[in-house]
Amino acid sequence: MYIALLICISLVLANVVIGVYSERKIAAFMQDRLGPMEVGKFGFLQIFADLFKLLQKEDIVPALADRKLFLAAPCLIFIAIFAGFAVLPLGPSEYLQGAKVEIGVFYLLAIVSIDIIGILMAGWASNNKYSLYGAMRSVAQIVSYEIPLGLSVVCVVIICQSLDLQEISFQQGIFSPEENYLFGIKALGIDVTQVGGIFTWNVIRMPFFFFLYIVFFIATLAESNRAPFDIPEAESELVGGFHTEYSGMRWGLVFLSEYGMMLLVSFLGAILFWGSWNTPFPNIGFVRLADWTSGNSGTWVGIAWGVFWLFLKAYMGVFLQMWVRWTYPRLRVDQLMYLTWKVLTPISIIFIFLSSIWRLLMI
Amino acid sequence: MLNIILIAFCILTVGSALWVLWTKNVLHAAFALLLTFLGVAALYVMAGADFLGITQILVYVGGILVLLIFGIMLTNQAGNKEGGKNMILTENLNRFWGILIAGGFFGLLFYTFTQAGFQEVEQQHFGEISNHSSTIQITGIQLMTDYVLPFEIVGVLLMIALVGASFLASKNE
Repeated sequence: MYIALLICISLVLANVVIGVYSERKIAAFMQDRLGPMEVGKFGFLQIFADLFKLLQKEDIVPALADRKLFLAAPCLIFIAIFAGFAVLPLGPSEYLQGAKVEIGVFYLLAIVSIDIIGILMAGWASNNKYSLYGAMRSVAQIVSYEIPLGLSVVCVVIICQSLDLQEISFQQGIFSPEENYLFGIKALGIDVTQVGGIFTWNVIRMPFFFFLYIVFFIATLAESNRAPFDIPEAESELVGGFHTEYSGMRWGLVFLSEYGMMLLVSFLGAILFWGSWNTPFPNIGFVRLADWTSGNSGTWVGIAWGVFWLFLKAYMGVFLQMWVRWTYPRLRVDQLMYLTWKVLTPISIIFIFLSSIWRLLMI
Repeated sequence: MLNIILIAFCILTVGSALWVLWTKNVLHAAFALLLTFLGVAALYVMAGADFLGITQILVYVGGILVLLIFGIMLTNQAGNKEGGKNMILTENLNRFWGILIAGGFFGLLFYTFTQAGFQEVEQQHFGEISNHSSTIQITGIQLMTDYVLPFEIVGVLLMIALVGASFLASKNE
């Protein structure tokens, strides 16, 4: 439990360093620029320079702000996001999961919603109309997009019959306690439990899950206030949204939570859809690729492989979020609401129906 | 260790509830209510009802409290802005009757709960509570068998509320 806590806190802190640097470099690459080049080789030390600047900056509280709420809000946002990491299994080991609870993913969705209260608190306490507008937009967006997000998670839960993220992970690989059939259909009679690899991932167990992942991905983009859903902090119209008035380390905390949220939802997507900490390579005949790249369950090698695959998948998700950010323009408020209520929600309800049918084919 | 945590959560719940009562700033009261809800959720978890605890957070914090804060913010009047600060202040009214009614209810509930003897009732009417690590499976099976009628009625009620809300929100031509 404490090991996982230490790992998670260092992960969230390291993530902001990796995230900001790669975001700037990826943005530069996509716009045919160089990005940070001055400090250190290829600008590696730029982020540390920024960090020292942030630490030195004065923590300004506006004179007419509600002082107590203003100071508390970034902490609340960070606590809400960080609490979500408590149930993530970071690898095939009981020490790498903070809390072994059966209601893991349900807890995660619930605790992350406290984030909304923190954003409202920050926006109101700043006593600034741009901040308040940003907070209002942000909350309207997050509350709406929680519905397709929750429904798409329910689809996975229907297929896996469990809310425990570690159990969902175990089902998607060669260590599965149950038998896995190709595309999840028992009638086909092709047992892929020992083949493992990509064939036991949820996206293959239920082939339509690739399209559901798109719904999930869009909803998580909106949840973490990332472009193209960044109207809460639209720089061109709202200065900086709900965190306009923050400076110094408190602004840093808001930023830390934003990158933490990106990583959290990427982990969740990888665990629910892309096979969690299981290897993508299958066993083909005597070429035991899955066995070679998973190690033995419970050994150091096995844990290391699991952690490697999960982190690789999670950071692929983060990369995807950055790629989308520099590709699509920002959505208008009405387009945003149209997308969630009239497109994503009906699609995810159809997927719940499909998943229920598919589950019946699996047993 | 567990006792200390339990007491800490009790203090958090009661303390933040008192804060809700005493503070004159409506928004501070709403944010103090957040702590109360979290404390109650934690108490549910400590009583072994983890599913109920999480549902408490999801429904009350994620839904109702956000609605409450939105309501406060949207009904803010310009008259409250003294000196440029946006504080929504209220006064304490009917203190005597409020304390009397609340105290009376507390006394009534406290008396009945101490007299009820829940453990005996439980032993007579229900089987042994199994030491299962989560209540989720039991809750699900019970909802779909013994309590399916209330469950469906709640579903219909929510549907009616949804239809009514969309009717009210639609533009009257």
